[in-house]
Amino acid sequence: MTAPAPSPAPVAPVIEKTAVTKRLQAVGAAREFGILLALVIVVIAATVANPNFLFSSDGWRDLLLTPSILVLVAIGQAIVLITRNVDLSVGSILGLSAYLTGRLFIDIPGIPILAVFVAAIVFGGLLGLVNGALVAYAKVPAMVITLGTLYAYRGINVLWTGSDRVNASDLPKDFLALGTGQVLWIPILTIIAIVVLVVIGWIMKNTRGGREFYAIGSDPAAAELYGLRVTRRLLIAFVSSGALAGLAGVLYTARYGTVNSQAGAGWELDAVGAAVIGGVAITGGVGSVWGAAIGGVLLLTINRALPILGIPDFWQRAVVGVLIIGAIVLDRVLAVRQKRKLIAAREDD
Amino acid sequence: MQTDTPQTPAPPMLELSRVVKSFGPVVALRSGSLQLDSGSIHALVGENGAGKSTLVKIVAGLYRRDAGEFRLRGEDVDFTSTAQSKAAGIAVIYQEPTLFPDLTVTENIFMGRQPVNRFGRIDRKAMRREAEELFQRLGVRIDPERPAEGLSIADQQVIEIAKAVSLDARVLIMDEPTAALSGVEVDRLFAVARSLRDEGRALLFISHRFDEIFALCDTVTVMRDGAYVATTPIAETTVDEMVRQMVGRDVTELFPKTEAEIGEPLLEVEGLTRTGVFHDITFSVRSGEIVGLAGLVGAGRSEVARAVFGVDPYESGSVRLGGRTLPRNRPDRAISAGIALVPEDRRKEGLVLESSVARNLSLVIRNQLAKAGIITNGAENRAARVWASRLEVKTNALSTVAGTLSGGNQQKVVLGKWLATEPTVLIIDEPTRGIDVGTKAEVHRLLSELAGKGMGILMISSELPEVLGMADRVLVMREGRITAEIDRSDATSENVMFAATHAAAQTPGAHS
Repeated sequence: MTAPAPSPAPVAPVIEKTAVTKRLQAVGAAREFGILLALVIVVIAATVANPNFLFSSDGWRDLLLTPSILVLVAIGQAIVLITRNVDLSVGSILGLSAYLTGRLFIDIPGIPILAVFVAAIVFGGLLGLVNGALVAYAKVPAMVITLGTLYAYRGINVLWTGSDRVNASDLPKDFLALGTGQVLWIPILTIIAIVVLVVIGWIMKNTRGGREFYAIGSDPAAAELYGLRVTRRLLIAFVSSGALAGLAGVLYTARYGTVNSQAGAGWELDAVGAAVIGGVAITGGVGSVWGAAIGGVLLLTINRALPILGIPDFWQRAVVGVLIIGAIVLDRVLAVRQKRKLIAAREDD
Repeated sequence: MQTDTPQTPAPPMLELSRVVKSFGPVVALRSGSLQLDSGSIHALVGENGAGKSTLVKIVAGLYRRDAGEFRLRGEDVDFTSTAQSKAAGIAVIYQEPTLFPDLTVTENIFMGRQPVNRFGRIDRKAMRREAEELFQRLGVRIDPERPAEGLSIADQQVIEIAKAVSLDARVLIMDEPTAALSGVEVDRLFAVARSLRDEGRALLFISHRFDEIFALCDTVTVMRDGAYVATTPIAETTVDEMVRQMVGRDVTELFPKTEAEIGEPLLEVEGLTRTGVFHDITFSVRSGEIVGLAGLVGAGRSEVARAVFGVDPYESGSVRLGGRTLPRNRPDRAISAGIALVPEDRRKEGLVLESSVARNLSLVIRNQLAKAGIITNGAENRAARVWASRLEVKTNALSTVAGTLSGGNQQKVVLGKWLATEPTVLIIDEPTRGIDVGTKAEVHRLLSELAGKGMGILMISSELPEVLGMADRVLVMREGRITAEIDRSDATSENVMFAATHAAAQTPGAHS
């Protein structure tokens, strides 16, 4: 467009812009890396205070096993958060499907373990579908809908379970072995969580459908104008979250062996906390399921590390709070800086 | 495409005829007609509220028409979603581009139809390459990997165009694309538009700027009051002709302002400037006077009003009321000094929709009603009853929720709420937008009455007949500057419209 003078000037802005872009991408990756680093520091600190934290068979196992179930719920939560919604009913869905798991083994002796897995996942997915349909069609904010189903699902659970509970003695040995078993020093639950994480992480990053979750969360009105199938995507997000909570419910039963009507109570907050700590923006469009998963591991590992580091019980919840607020403030600061940089890059042009 | 069958002339790319659309009792489009041909740039002009945007939204699949015909390449179509319109090869670029700020430029262009391999994996390299090719073709340099966040409006529009081109859209609609662009950016946009036309696409260009229409377009369709007026080849029309077609009515007598004694200046604004929004705004409003502030949407009129009232900041200049300078950014001080602002959007800014009529009416004077910090329902209702009856708000009870009232009655409530503060200067932004004819006349009578009692009124209005009928003096703004001040006796639709669309120094037809 300009005169073809052999001047290096036109090249400069392109290089500069690319540099800004690269730096931004680095920041994005650094966000997940930062959480990973925090996790490593916590583990090292706890191990220094008590070597058994890592260097004992139980320590190593607990480090991987404890967060595995939460990681699954946090992955589902992250998908929903990325679409600028929230699923507060995951704890209740987990509780219901955990009890369903127990009931199936008790009422149908000899039922294949795989069938129980499928049943609980489908059941969780259906509960998620109820959430999704209410949010997508009734156009009521997800916060309200899922707060409602949080209580409704828990109510059904209490009605169904009553004062009854599922005990380890009611469950097949093979099934309980899943909860504590290991393959090459890695707990089976952890392997399941990692497989799910890798698959969903890949889908979210590399498929059209996955990217649409981000687009919808980034600007729902634009997504509508663009002609994206917003309703369908929202349904998929909530069904995924429900199904993952269902899967988490089966694993919960396998791991703990006892299930009463309060299983999974409060997990929704841990799941949201994990995702937020891991860099998933509550305002949608930003973050990754990897971040949420690492956030979940950090959350539960800190909980276990604090007593070892001699921090009184009283302060432990507060530390989690500080972590969540710190993560949100950090994201906000990064976002503001990024915006400023992007505008500056434009004006350099 | 069907050039191999020359005996039957190819149908037009897009054809709308006598399309009707109404929202409840409000008819937005009475009879919209439009015909777009491939390889041609078509202009659509009309006053604010002429129905252009409604027409575009029907084509885009956002609205469904109530009646009329809509054909694409000779075939009847009826879009129920934007996805359908897009699939049919129609791309719409809105005034405010709609991008996903968190995603990269490349993803924004290809969202939903990214190139994928057989496992469904997005081929990022191919996608990026395509984006680069698109930008090269459009002659722009945007880093395809940067997020859309922070892009200038001009660049965002280029991305919208890139989207349309990559979709191979045959119909491209641009709704006032140049409103926020600088001269260089406009030139770049026009170069792109021309090359798209030369590729055989049909373009629709909506604009208020006549110089641009003459520079770019081949044909022009004029709309007025929700209906088609005329379609003319650009070479056979003039600015004057177009303005006449746009205005084309003689309703000045509908809004007679009663004579009032015009006294001392009440509100004096001097050199008010906010970079990029409005510049060097100087005017005064005298007691008993109605000053009309005319101009196109986006000219900066409401922004000036908000700055005068203290809601928005300004960088330099001063606002004086009765000789005393008002502090910046202090709407509370403006209210206590005697200014009232009836905002443009009554549902968002004027009313608390969920609250009762009584509570809305007494909202601004709540501190005067309070005794020891407590406002009783009785005090609220007493104050509200006075204004509700004076303005003849038609409602069964003062406890009626404001959101359920008709537009006209809502406007009366907003007016009443501000009149309750007994202002000396009333700034009213679009006093009769979206309200029925009967209430319109009532509002006009009321404004005239208030001026007669010595109030100074600054009336922002996009409706020319209203401005011409009501105002003692008309100020016209264009792109953040006052371009004309016309006395009541000299004001005509033509000279106001001309000032609203031309820079002050320009002469008529300079660009035609």
